[in-house]
Amino acid sequence: MSSVSAAMPRSAAATARDATVRRFALSDAVFRAATRIAALLVLLILGGVAISLVAGAWPALSKFGAAFLVSQSWNPVTENFGALAPIYGTIVTAAISILIAVPIGIGIAIFLTELCPRPLRRPIGIAVELLAGIPSIIYGIWGLFIFAPFLQTTVQPFLINLFHGVPGLSGLFAGPPYGIGLLTSALILAIMVLPFITSITKDVFDTVPSVLKESAYGIGCTTWEVTRRVVIPYTRVGIMGGVMLGLGRALGETMAVTFVIGNAHRISASLFAPATTISATIANEFTEADGEIYTSSLIALGFLLFVITFLILALARTMLLRIEKRTGA
Amino acid sequence: MAGFQTRKSKNAAMMGLCMAAAGIGLAWLALILGALLWKGFSGLNLAVFTEMTPPPGEAGGLANAIVGSVLMTVIAVVVGTPVGILAGTYMAEYGRFSKLTTIVRFINDILLSAPSIIVGLFVYELLVRPMGHFSGIAGAFALAVLVIPVVVRTTEDMLLLVPNALREAGAAIGAPRWIVIRSVAYRAALSGIVTGVLLAIARISGETAPLLFTALNNQFFTSNLNAPMASLPVTIFQFALSPYEEWQQLAWTGALIITVAVLTLSVVARGLTGRRETR
Repeated sequence: MSSVSAAMPRSAAATARDATVRRFALSDAVFRAATRIAALLVLLILGGVAISLVAGAWPALSKFGAAFLVSQSWNPVTENFGALAPIYGTIVTAAISILIAVPIGIGIAIFLTELCPRPLRRPIGIAVELLAGIPSIIYGIWGLFIFAPFLQTTVQPFLINLFHGVPGLSGLFAGPPYGIGLLTSALILAIMVLPFITSITKDVFDTVPSVLKESAYGIGCTTWEVTRRVVIPYTRVGIMGGVMLGLGRALGETMAVTFVIGNAHRISASLFAPATTISATIANEFTEADGEIYTSSLIALGFLLFVITFLILALARTMLLRIEKRTGA
Repeated sequence: MAGFQTRKSKNAAMMGLCMAAAGIGLAWLALILGALLWKGFSGLNLAVFTEMTPPPGEAGGLANAIVGSVLMTVIAVVVGTPVGILAGTYMAEYGRFSKLTTIVRFINDILLSAPSIIVGLFVYELLVRPMGHFSGIAGAFALAVLVIPVVVRTTEDMLLLVPNALREAGAAIGAPRWIVIRSVAYRAALSGIVTGVLLAIARISGETAPLLFTALNNQFFTSNLNAPMASLPVTIFQFALSPYEEWQQLAWTGALIITVAVLTLSVVARGLTGRRETR
């Protein structure tokens, strides 16, 4: 354009237009750069989290080394710290909660996609997702004041009596019923991750082509057989992704667990015993921790949690991406 | 192949279990909301909103905690939303097919479900330790870090739904790209972007873990962002675990207030997108 206008006498209008074009080009470049910087900032946050955790955890990690991972000791007086008890509590509570939440979550998803009358689908779907909206501190206060006393007076004595003398199981369900402890935390976590598993499972169930289901119905399959033999195999990767996402949540959940875990730094065989998790330990002790090594050990716990959840969530996302690619969404 | 009757009864049994699962899910929701209303409603009165958090054994309210929560939430949204919207804009508009977008989307999805207590530790290392004391601004910053991924995600999703024909029409009349984005794409995706912001507010207004060691808590009213600041969730945490009855009652009432606020926000947010879907 400029070469054309250079050949001719420049009118005032053309000059003005050139100025406008230049202004537009500049403002567009500025806006583009701003959006790009914002996008890079997202990466920077994750990088910043990793770096700051490593820096904060360094004094503890260099002092204890690998022993930090396998030591059960947690002694603020002698400043000797090991992460085994919190790691154990985190993994056990998350694992039990997933074992409970997966069948129920998939059940609700099947109900919503296959059984539920159409007008009820949206309200029930929203109701289940409201469970995800309730802040975790609400689960905590509810678990401590309503759910734990209920478990203490009814469910736990019943289980203790039921499995008394049964080899193996009697150890799992042993000891005085405190109400709070591993099992209570796992149950609360199960309720909390349920909506995540349900909504993702429902979404991937919806990606199954109707033709596949109809052909199975056409040869006389029952609803359960269609679900079991067609829908679930077709969506297996997506369901696994949803479960992993739930697992990531359960591993990192803090406040609800802090209320009902009991915060005891020991590993007991019984599921009724008070225990602790990584996040509950940090939440309970961080502000009261004095001394470089104590604070640093708590940050080291946070770093462990970060690494574990990062790996699990990355795996979950990769699985969900595979489903998305297949449906071409 | 199993007999016809066996298959039919197996189907009935499994479908019954699925229905029971849905029943369990709904029952939990009802149980939790019921307990909240039951325990929290009795303590709900005007004093809760006008008086300060009391010392043990005395009556009082939650005014300073509510103000602190609102203040930190507003700052977090004001800081986090522009960053989130800009990043989402890059991913959906300028860099739709770039490698960077794929990476940012992956990392953002991880940030979206990362444990919030880790964000608290991050801000502690970043702000609290260099400043030497806990502060409201550190709490607000921690919440802003949680706002960004929610807004990024919804902004990108909503901008991707805007038909390209609209953008082409804008470009055809000579509008530069950023004006097309501002006056066409943003306008078309407005309700979706607002939904994202509302969801982000809902998410952070109940967050406790990232505030525990950034904003800490404060028994008194303060609007000084450079000092420790009370917030509703942290106050609930502290009061619920205390042995004093008045404090526990206030914790329940605070829990009711938060839940009502959060659920209202998410229902409104859903209403916004729901209307768009049917339109």
